[in-house]
Amino acid sequence: MKWDWDYAWEILPDILHAFFRYTLVITALATLVAAVLGLVFAVIRYLRIPVLSQITTGFVQFTRATPIPIQLFFVYYLLPDYGILIGAVTTGVLVLGVHYACYFAEVYRGGIESIPPGQWEACTALSLPQSTIWRRVVLPQAIRKILPSLGNYVISMFKEVPFLLFISVPEMVLVAKDIGGSNFRYVEPFTICGIIYLLASYPASVAMRRLEVRLEHA
Amino acid sequence: MPDTRPRPGDPDVFIRFDNVCKQYGELTVLDDLCLDIKAGEKVTLIGPSGSGKTTILRLLMTLENPTKGYIWIDGKPLWHQEKNGELVPADKKYLREARKQIGMVFQHFNLFPNMTVLENVIEAPVRSLGQPKDQAVERAKELLDRVGLAAKENAHPSQLSGGQQQRVAIARALAMEPRVLLLDEVTSALDPELVAGVLAVLRELAETTDITMLCVTHEMHFARDVSDCVMMFDKGKVVEQGPPSKIFDAPEHQRTKDFLSAISLAT
Repeated sequence: MKWDWDYAWEILPDILHAFFRYTLVITALATLVAAVLGLVFAVIRYLRIPVLSQITTGFVQFTRATPIPIQLFFVYYLLPDYGILIGAVTTGVLVLGVHYACYFAEVYRGGIESIPPGQWEACTALSLPQSTIWRRVVLPQAIRKILPSLGNYVISMFKEVPFLLFISVPEMVLVAKDIGGSNFRYVEPFTICGIIYLLASYPASVAMRRLEVRLEHA
Repeated sequence: MPDTRPRPGDPDVFIRFDNVCKQYGELTVLDDLCLDIKAGEKVTLIGPSGSGKTTILRLLMTLENPTKGYIWIDGKPLWHQEKNGELVPADKKYLREARKQIGMVFQHFNLFPNMTVLENVIEAPVRSLGQPKDQAVERAKELLDRVGLAAKENAHPSQLSGGQQQRVAIARALAMEPRVLLLDEVTSALDPELVAGVLAVLRELAETTDITMLCVTHEMHFARDVSDCVMMFDKGKVVEQGPPSKIFDAPEHQRTKDFLSAISLAT
């Protein structure tokens, strides 16, 4: 087995293109979906809204107990039978986003519960309206506490984007696999993928750890 | 309609507890409690822990609801509202309005750590009273000056000592212009050398305002100096009440005597 530098340089632009154009963008969009939907789940469960709360709990359990490839398969290949047609990239964003929304919801819940009862009592004593309590007191304090965990979930989601090759989303690993297939050389493309992932995730997790330390002392 | 209903504007009965019970499961904390407090009166609640003093404040602040009975403030029920001549449990909106006339200072300050001192003080006037921001800021600066913390308006609570935080909490409660101020062991979480500063602020407040004050404290000197009335609690009832000179110098009940001698041994 010999490493072919010329080949590596030749395929690098395509792999990088797939990384920035798909892997990163999908991670960003799915994070957005997870952040918003996770908050919706958390608030529904926190306020114990009847029926909706039970449905959410069931859905969260179900989603967390099944692997992402299976979920992708169902949404992408079976829903069209019922007239629901979603593009591959959108499916990827939604499945990853919804999957991680279930984890985010738990993190949010922990964050909300970490607010000391005295803070809620002070809000009552000052007659603050409910919306102000959430917007100005509870969420700002909860976010500082949960930002590190959320960041770690985002990094983990980022590394699960290659699951989307099951539904042919041209993210980085699928592109690498195709390049490897058409040239009968897999080592260079997959090694490049690994290095790009390493270069991106490692600094991100170091940054998260720094943030964690800083928020603790804030 | 109970005939114990006080009239609005009656200076002799500004706050009335009418047969109020508070139970947690089997535990009875307040036992058919009746008491009257005059408008502007400075009342100190004393008694052993578990005697129900703090619960009285928490019921008045609507942090907890009475199991039974009625609480009246200025002739209006606190936890109930009138519907077709009947008193029914109050809804959230009624409670939110009713509690605006009441302010509370907590043992552990409970300042908002994500806001500066000034933001802590203006938050409620702006958000719940709808005051214009510059008016609230002006008023907050006056109040911070009054509690001796004008220089700290941009500090965060974590940068202040416990005594300073508690004085901010007092300013924050006053910013709502309450008619009733509840003080729940406001000095007991403080280092001894910081207590005096907080008590000085409260003393000035008691002497210069007509806010009705209910104070749960173990600072007996403070209670003697500032209160018009001292109420001794035991097992969810008022055992004895009267001016501080009577309660501290000539208590009638054995329970009061025992409690006061235990306190004086401890300090």
